[in-house]
Amino acid sequence: MTNSTLTDAEARTLVAEAIQRIVPDADLDAVGDDVPLRAEFELDSLDFLSFVETLSQRSGVGITENDYEHLVTMRTCVGFLTGG
Amino acid sequence: MASFTMPSLGADMDEGTLLEWLVHPGDTVHKGDIVAVVDTAKAAIEVETFLDGVVAELLVEPGTVVPVGGPLATIEPDGATPAPAAAPEPTPEAAPEPAPEPAPAPAAAEPPREGQAPHVHSPLVRRLAHERGVDLTTVRGSGRDGTITREDVLRAAGTVETAHEEPAPTVLRTAAVRATPYARKLAADLGIDLEALRHSNGEPVTAAEVRAASPGEQPAPATTARTEPAAAPTPSEAVAAPPRQDRMRAAIATLMARSKREIPHYYLSTTVDLARATEWLHERNRTLSITERLVPAALLLKATALAATEVPEVNGYWVDDGFQAASQVHLGVAVSLRGGGLVTPAILDAASLELDELMATMKDLVTRARGGRLRGRELTEGTLTVTNLGEQGVESVVGVIYPPQVALVGFGRIAERPWAVDGLLGVRPIVTMTLSGDHRATDAMTGGRFLTAVDHHLQHPEEL
Repeated sequence: MTNSTLTDAEARTLVAEAIQRIVPDADLDAVGDDVPLRAEFELDSLDFLSFVETLSQRSGVGITENDYEHLVTMRTCVGFLTGG
Repeated sequence: MASFTMPSLGADMDEGTLLEWLVHPGDTVHKGDIVAVVDTAKAAIEVETFLDGVVAELLVEPGTVVPVGGPLATIEPDGATPAPAAAPEPTPEAAPEPAPEPAPAPAAAEPPREGQAPHVHSPLVRRLAHERGVDLTTVRGSGRDGTITREDVLRAAGTVETAHEEPAPTVLRTAAVRATPYARKLAADLGIDLEALRHSNGEPVTAAEVRAASPGEQPAPATTARTEPAAAPTPSEAVAAPPRQDRMRAAIATLMARSKREIPHYYLSTTVDLARATEWLHERNRTLSITERLVPAALLLKATALAATEVPEVNGYWVDDGFQAASQVHLGVAVSLRGGGLVTPAILDAASLELDELMATMKDLVTRARGGRLRGRELTEGTLTVTNLGEQGVESVVGVIYPPQVALVGFGRIAERPWAVDGLLGVRPIVTMTLSGDHRATDAMTGGRFLTAVDHHLQHPEEL
């Protein structure tokens, strides 16, 4: 579904940056890989939309609404963005 | 000559701090033009004028705390002979006819009134003395005829050790890069280093320059990142203003306590099947780029606005023991701020907006609410408020009405639940919708009609 060439590390950085655009002081390192990001950082639906927008723009990966279910935790986000 | 006064930007506001003038004496202004930025407990707000005319004089300087109704500037209305333009930065001596004393601030905020003996010609100087806790009867004037000048007050303030809570006036912030107060605040909100924008000739950095330096789309800023005044040059200035969060807490406390004291609330609740609405939304979003997609909240807001046009009894104000229906639906939206607190700016004339316009307006409003750059109208003209974006996981929210409004609509989280349709059990996206109503203005029967109307609109998403 994706043809991204992102590495795991790049995807991880991208997810962190996309969160930090919304919550500037978010410390992703302090949050486990399996923690749901929306709840952890209290993202409302507009925040989440802008999160998705940043991920898509910077990775070049198209993201449909059906893909949202893959964008839950750091682990699932990285998995989705790297095509794994 | 008309006065441009400190507006009331919400029922919870007693006073505001003028942050920045966006006009100069001699400028022509029209009704609706943004002329100044005012800082309140909740946010920095761009304030419009309601007059057409020419700015004659700016009566207060940035950094000045002015009670609601206190004069800020004089405007020569259209058709009148323009007064000679005053200097852009009025000096104490330049203040002409004594401006009317501003409406008295709450007693607690005012130091004891000084005697009438000292010569003080300028309201600016009086206000400065109030702010700095200087007793004018103890100050010796160095101006003409012993008139007390601003410098005299500042000199006196430097020798008075007082635990004063007003923000230090900007004129004294000399340690850091020169910048207008609004520019300073913007820079803090946007995470821009003012040092990088410093002018070699000492000219202050302006808000426009800060905006220009901001990378494309602004991140939603941390609301706690408000800069306090730069390092104070003298010990007497070491006391900073209370943090915005504390002031916002106090403002919310005042307003909500007033609501619960004055408004006899009644509460209704209903459960709405959103299957059709979310399917329709999903189908529509499938073909759209991410930036054009709608969120369910846009549908909820539009349905609410349309229902309010059909049941106008819930849309308006309770004033002077009577209900005044509003002619349009200015839909207030409760926006929670990172770091705590909330603001409820309004989507103006929400019922007439197409869904994509409403979505864009909502995005813009939330971004600006969190960045602290709302317009006065958006904070004062709400006719009905929605608290939703109860996306924080709660099933339902039963809110407190914002006086002088007469109703508040609450949406809980949209969640999949077992639901009976045509004798069969299915799993559907469901939302709990509530109405808090002012019993003085409406009875539960009317409130119920309103909720039914919202539900009806949500069952016909293609007509929203």
